Amino acid sequence: MARKKIREYDSKRLLKEHFKRLSGRDLPIKSAQVTESTDFNELAEKEPWLASAKLVVKPDMLFGKRGKSGLVALNLDLDQVAEFIQGRLGKEVEMGGCKGPITTFIIEPFIPHDQEFYLNIVSERLGCSISFSECGGIEIEENWDKVKTIFVPTNARLTSDVCAPLVATLPLEIKGEIEEFIQVVFALFQDLDFTFLEMNPFTFVDGKPYPLDMRGELDDTAAFKNFKKWSNIEFPMPFGRVMSPTESFVHGLDEKTSASLKFTVLNPKGRIWTMVAGGGASVIYADTVGDLGYASELGNYAEYSGAPNEEEVLQYARVVIDCATSDPDGHKRALVIGGGIANFTDVAATFNGIIRALKEKESKLKAARMCIYVRRGGPNYQRGLAKMRALGEEIGIPIEVYGPEATMTGICKQAIECITAAA
Amino acid sequence: MATGQLFSRTTQALFYNYKQLPIQRMLDFDFLCGRELPSVAGIINPGAEGFQKLFFGQEEIAIPVHSTVEAACAAHPTADVFINFASFRSAAASSMAALKQPTVRVVAIIAEGVPESDTKQLIAYARANNKVVIGPATVGGIQAGAFKIGDTAGTIDNIVACKLYRPGSVGFVSKSGGMSNELYNTIARVTDGIYEGIAIGGDVFPGSTLSDHVLRFNNIPQVKMIVVLGELGGRDEYSLVEALKQGKVNKPVVAWVSGTCARLFKSEVQFGHAGAKSGGEMESAQAKNQALKNAGAAVPTSYEAFETAIKETFEKLVEEGKISSVKEFTPPQIPEDLNIAIKSGKVRAPTHIISTISDDRGEEPCYAGVPMSSIVEQGYGVGDVISLLWFKRSLPRYCTHFIEICIMLCADHGPCVSGAHNTIVTARAGKDLVSSLVSGLLTIGPRFGGAIDDAARYFKDAYDRGLTPYEFVESMKKKGIRVPGIGHRIKRGDNRDKRVELLQQFAHTHFPSVKYMEYAVQVETYTLSKANNLVLNVDGAIGSLFLDLLAGSGMFSKQEIDEIVGIGYLNGLFVLARSIGLIGHTFDQKRLKQPLYRHPWEDVLYTK
Repeated sequence: MARKKIREYDSKRLLKEHFKRLSGRDLPIKSAQVTESTDFNELAEKEPWLASAKLVVKPDMLFGKRGKSGLVALNLDLDQVAEFIQGRLGKEVEMGGCKGPITTFIIEPFIPHDQEFYLNIVSERLGCSISFSECGGIEIEENWDKVKTIFVPTNARLTSDVCAPLVATLPLEIKGEIEEFIQVVFALFQDLDFTFLEMNPFTFVDGKPYPLDMRGELDDTAAFKNFKKWSNIEFPMPFGRVMSPTESFVHGLDEKTSASLKFTVLNPKGRIWTMVAGGGASVIYADTVGDLGYASELGNYAEYSGAPNEEEVLQYARVVIDCATSDPDGHKRALVIGGGIANFTDVAATFNGIIRALKEKESKLKAARMCIYVRRGGPNYQRGLAKMRALGEEIGIPIEVYGPEATMTGICKQAIECITAAA
Repeated sequence: MATGQLFSRTTQALFYNYKQLPIQRMLDFDFLCGRELPSVAGIINPGAEGFQKLFFGQEEIAIPVHSTVEAACAAHPTADVFINFASFRSAAASSMAALKQPTVRVVAIIAEGVPESDTKQLIAYARANNKVVIGPATVGGIQAGAFKIGDTAGTIDNIVACKLYRPGSVGFVSKSGGMSNELYNTIARVTDGIYEGIAIGGDVFPGSTLSDHVLRFNNIPQVKMIVVLGELGGRDEYSLVEALKQGKVNKPVVAWVSGTCARLFKSEVQFGHAGAKSGGEMESAQAKNQALKNAGAAVPTSYEAFETAIKETFEKLVEEGKISSVKEFTPPQIPEDLNIAIKSGKVRAPTHIISTISDDRGEEPCYAGVPMSSIVEQGYGVGDVISLLWFKRSLPRYCTHFIEICIMLCADHGPCVSGAHNTIVTARAGKDLVSSLVSGLLTIGPRFGGAIDDAARYFKDAYDRGLTPYEFVESMKKKGIRVPGIGHRIKRGDNRDKRVELLQQFAHTHFPSVKYMEYAVQVETYTLSKANNLVLNVDGAIGSLFLDLLAGSGMFSKQEIDEIVGIGYLNGLFVLARSIGLIGHTFDQKRLKQPLYRHPWEDVLYTK
């Protein structure tokens, strides 16, 4: 869904390939990707420059400030690169408060240079903004006043006149080259449905622009138009976000259906768990538990919407219940089955799936001393709620059930009261 | 954007991509509000034309269907709202086509997952041409008592409970479509209800923004206060903050931005909506709530307190005498749909068709209770399938094998027999496969291919009554009936039909009893004594052997056997088998590109 970051390797791959398609000119970009499954001999055969050139290696993990964190190694030969990678592949690092293992590296030729330019394009509501600076590199933030920005409205062409404020002060011998480079990159940005693109820095190699570092974001809803152009694009998860097996199971379900199924564990030992219908409502339930001061007890974020069928809801609910009951420590816990008033989702039908899962997991729910709180409205809600009430009596688990007459988040307060009451 | 009201009680829409339910919900809403004109003027369904029948209250109305946006706009020049239910793949192109029509003023896009660059094109065009885009990724919006987009506000019960059938005083705008319905409820609980509500959709770049609609509400005199539900991610709320700071909104605004929980997540998280992405302090719910509060909006401390904040603002307006009381009325009852009433157990209706041989409702189709996977995995043949669908039971393999042999033997008998001839003539006349096939099949009857049933009937009757072959044949002769299953144009006593021999061999080897066939052979022995061409033919062999199959398998009662013979099951075998050959003849003629057949004059005797 929506804007997705891609790896530096893929950004450069797309740039090289489509720069040529759109302008007829080659960029001398060379790069190779290394992951756990890479065989260095095969890689060296495929990319012969690896054996002859001096190299740069760095993690390709969607986080920046790699140079400042000592994760970039310069001027190595291939053996040294392999050694560098071996020492770090799979090792956990902490970047900006997020911890995670490094799984992917990018190797490039080492390019000694003295010029560092900055280029950034961002898609905005009414057009795109393009920023450029002659003083790029890791000191860009210190030199922010030297960054020049233009705004190109949707459908406007990036003519020389429009581009002029960016390049006006450049020396004549590179001005034309850079202007054309910006124009082609902008065309490529639009053609490939980029939403963000940054080169910091790019320099010149043999008189041609060469990005030393590059970041990109694509609009993945445009995949249906671009799958050929993007070819095998990977959308890695944000750095530090490692999916548990249960989370990836739900992620797999989500990808197979037209409905939306989301599940993130926040605290496996949390005592308040949620399973909420609707993208908007699910956030508000999590908010409310936090706003009432019990963020630390919140086990998960979970959302289902877009009218999933009974079978999908069943599989999804099983996962949520398994996680919610995985740590029976004798204390009470609460499961919040919430939702707003649906526009068109058949409440009774989706509840059927949840009810089947609750029945299956009866003993686990009891062992975890689970209390269940339900609130929902929408088509057929009376039947759905009646079935939930009947279920409580049938399996002997406390279930409180509310309809549209109650406030949406009232059950959050009840859930908190339940877990805080003397056990 | 800005300016004021988008809809009225006479607004009509064009609906792109036919969806029965949302259109019906719009028409039900119209009826509830006492509208005289249905709010859907026309439907656009690419590639289709004609009418769709829908209910307007108790009555049925026919809404015209057009195949293109242009044709629909030309036919309904007063319909100025375009409701687009196209998929995310085609929503942008059809929305642009609609925006380009001079008659269309508002386009609502329901699809989720429209590419950002496409939406930006729509935004640019709408801005340049003073049009309004609502969505994508939205349920739409509603003007209470006047006009409703698609599925907005859900069921009739909910619309009545939220008093959306008549206008109140509150303008509401949110990102989330699901939450808009929740808020209609909340607002109805603590105020006199909604005047207009819009869900702008959860995308990064919605076609129109929260502030666009707030500014519009500010210009609508009947809107006395404005409620806004924002969401983390994006900067849309800040344009509202700017508008408030600049004093462009002079009505009280109650606002809440959801997503305060984002700080609980360590890494960046994409919530349910495309635009709801955590990251960046400015885009956080906390920062936006604070900014709105600083700009003068009433911002509660949590969503829980939102309702109270709305209530207090409304009560203050009442105290100040700024709210005139709403004229209440009881909306008419919407007749319940039959299928819903049946589902809820309120009424019952008789079925019009009964079927016992197959069921396609489950995970996989079943033939007589046997699921398709068993049929395939256990290596069933065509004979087994026939036994399931015709006889509703699994016959032993020798029986189904026998059925298959019959089909193979009868599949074709050359181009000169009447069925094949008809098929060939029809195919050569340029007709399609089905016409060619049935023109051949239509010749099957008492003279051609229809003798199997009769043979079985007469042999069975004679044998069961204990008639000797002599008595049987002579009694038939007296009645003037030729014995079916006996006689052949070419075959003779000393030159038997090979097919008959093959069937007899198979039956002798596999059947527990062949009494009917033996009786038929005795009859043949007698008829051969009268004339050398009165041999047992293939119809007679199949007919008599099928009687042995039915009686010998022990799986049919006497009554069932009589019924099978009476209904004409055995001709079914011939029709099925010969269809194979007739289809072959059709393909053969087409492949050979044979011209129209004309019978030669010389071959006709012209006489008076």
